[in-house]
Amino acid sequence: MIKDIDFRICFSVMTILTVLVGLFQSWGIALSMLNLCLISAVMAMGVNIQWGFAGLINFGVMGFLAIGGLATVLVSVPPVHEAWSAGGIGILISGLFLAAVVISIFMINKKLSKHKYKNYFVFLIIILSIPLLKFIAGPSISKIESINAATSGFLGGANLPIIFSWFVGAILSALVAFVVGKVCLGLRSDYLAISTLLVSGIIITIVKHEEWLSRGVKNVIGLKRPVPYEVNLQKSEWFINLVQFFNSSKLSNVLDPEVKISLLNQLVITSSGVFVKLCFSLIFLIVVFVILYYSEKALNSPWGRMMRAIRDNEEAARAMGKNVVKQHLFIFMLGSAIIGFAGAMLVTYDGLFTPSSYQPLRYTFLIWVMVLLGGTGNNYGAVLGGFVVWFIWIQSAPFAIVVINLFTSHLDETSYIKDHLQNSVPYFRYLMMGLGLLLVMRYRPKGLLPEKVIKN
Amino acid sequence: MDFLNSIILLTNFIIVPGITYGSQLALGAIGVTLIYGVLRFANFAYGDLMAFGTMVVILMTWYLQSKGISFGLLPTALLALPIGILLTIAVSLFFDKTVFEYYRNKKSNPVTFIVVSLGIMFVLNAVVRIIIGPNDINFMDGHKFIMKAREFKQLTGLNEGLAIKSTQVITLITTIITCSILFYFLNKTKTGKSMRAYSNNEDLALLSGIDPKKIVLITWVIVSILATVAGTLYGLDKSFKPFTYFNNLLPIFAATIVGGIGNPLGAFYGGFLIAFSEIGLTYAYKKFFKYIMPESLEPSTLIQFISTDYKFAISFAILIIVLIFRPNGIFKGKVI
Repeated sequence: MIKDIDFRICFSVMTILTVLVGLFQSWGIALSMLNLCLISAVMAMGVNIQWGFAGLINFGVMGFLAIGGLATVLVSVPPVHEAWSAGGIGILISGLFLAAVVISIFMINKKLSKHKYKNYFVFLIIILSIPLLKFIAGPSISKIESINAATSGFLGGANLPIIFSWFVGAILSALVAFVVGKVCLGLRSDYLAISTLLVSGIIITIVKHEEWLSRGVKNVIGLKRPVPYEVNLQKSEWFINLVQFFNSSKLSNVLDPEVKISLLNQLVITSSGVFVKLCFSLIFLIVVFVILYYSEKALNSPWGRMMRAIRDNEEAARAMGKNVVKQHLFIFMLGSAIIGFAGAMLVTYDGLFTPSSYQPLRYTFLIWVMVLLGGTGNNYGAVLGGFVVWFIWIQSAPFAIVVINLFTSHLDETSYIKDHLQNSVPYFRYLMMGLGLLLVMRYRPKGLLPEKVIKN
Repeated sequence: MDFLNSIILLTNFIIVPGITYGSQLALGAIGVTLIYGVLRFANFAYGDLMAFGTMVVILMTWYLQSKGISFGLLPTALLALPIGILLTIAVSLFFDKTVFEYYRNKKSNPVTFIVVSLGIMFVLNAVVRIIIGPNDINFMDGHKFIMKAREFKQLTGLNEGLAIKSTQVITLITTIITCSILFYFLNKTKTGKSMRAYSNNEDLALLSGIDPKKIVLITWVIVSILATVAGTLYGLDKSFKPFTYFNNLLPIFAATIVGGIGNPLGAFYGGFLIAFSEIGLTYAYKKFFKYIMPESLEPSTLIQFISTDYKFAISFAILIIVLIFRPNGIFKGKVI
């Protein structure tokens, strides 16, 4: 029963916000806000799985989102055949070399687990492999990057439908999370926070600077879409008929046939944008519901109970025979996979991959604010947090303009202070976020929808 | 001659920048470590506190410049520094009173403190960007170079030049002064000793009549001084950009942990260790080997261990290595 209340709060808030924006601004803005809210909700659920279920601090959200984004490029972009023939073999060889290094490290860890100098061996292998890798891959990388540098200059992808990339993004993120988790998860909470933050910084630098792989700062634009394009919609018969049907009363008022046609054209153009966004919303909604359903199921299963037990008292859980290390690693991978999935969704929705746009404030800490504000350990809370925080994030600029105009109304139009403040409107959203987080932590430390303690 | 040239080359490109960057990191890391030692949490708002202090210094510098006041050969920012420090102290104490004190009294866990410091990070970030904007600002004035590369070449007749910027010397001297005062304070004065005692064992310190409120106050004052000085020095040496200051938090954290969290002397060395490894491992040694190797063995590649793009990776790698081999840091942590 309690769950139902959370569910209702969560989705009525979402509907109300969307409808409000739709009525007062425009339906296009409302739908793009809704879509980003849904993506944020998925990200927040990923973080919630790690932090709310298991108490693991992951400040590397940005890195996993970028991996998801990279997956869209690797999966959906058509391959660049010239680049493959120029440097493909070199890249494959260095990939094999890298795999050999990783396997040998694992072998050393397994076979020599008791050996005194085990760590030194691992260290030595890593140190030696870096210059070697550079030596092997260097020439082919420069060959690849020199082919059509202005338009491609990278290997391209597999030319598959972009929906696949969401799953590939999740798998890639989980793999990276496995490596990161093996290294970092043994650390204490604050060390873990700092080291995951550093890891995400490294992932971003790799995505930014390995141009043969991701085109780096040159960005990849014009990615595929899982929904129709506006231009195609505007030409198709059924869509025009649909628009005509919905606006029949408006159109029937116009008598002049020429005006009628131009009005219809106008309507078709605006509604094609809305329609595309609506398609995205549908897909994203399905994703949110599926993840929400399974997270709820997991949270209430014996496994979820065990995770909470580990979170609340690690020592006791260990004493009960639970393998804390293994479970931590598993849940870290699971959460990161969901974050990677969301990262791929985000890039798909934007239609472009811009590695330089990944900043920790927007892509790590904002997601954290969503989880903390919404309610740690409650899936509905994470979804609600995603909605509310993204709403505030988007709407704080117009709100700030109103406030600034109110306070500076007595000042001259040309006044320096007014001008300066109006130019810095985008930064008021950080202020709102900070104040929101501080207030919630103080007065509602468990978030808007607190975790429900289930007693069986 | 070739040997001398190679030494000058290394001094110019590794040692001088390393000492400068290391001093800036060291000052920052001591601040983080003091907060960790006394207040027991990792302060994610520290980078933005540095940015805030630097911003005040820049505004003050502009004001002084508009009044026609300058510091002769030295940058005007040094005159503006005290005001910056005072305002940063005020801001730190304000946040301590309004935010941190509540959680300290409640004895919240470290994670709550981290989350709260994230909130302050957002607020400070916004304040700095609203007041001064997100763009690059160069506020260095006064004499730029103490020694130019060309002058050095003429003076010594060597092939390699040695350029020393005045900001580099200022950084070094300021760091030496600040750190000597700080370590004198921590090791010799009664207040400093009580601070160390409080960090070492809170309950025992309280039993011996140490006033925790005073300790917290002094810690924030010292931390604000360090943040402003480090931020201003970094801004003078490179330039001021709020986002860079946030990013500098990562090597500063790495330096803190490497030196043993809560240990100021460790943080000091940690800063230099991180700085020298970042610069030393990303430098291309081709020219250096050209000087010291016979001609037949001259290298054809750049002899660069890792490209400059991966600076971050180095601080992280050092952090991981230290955490695996010596989890408490190179110098035993958790006592200041």
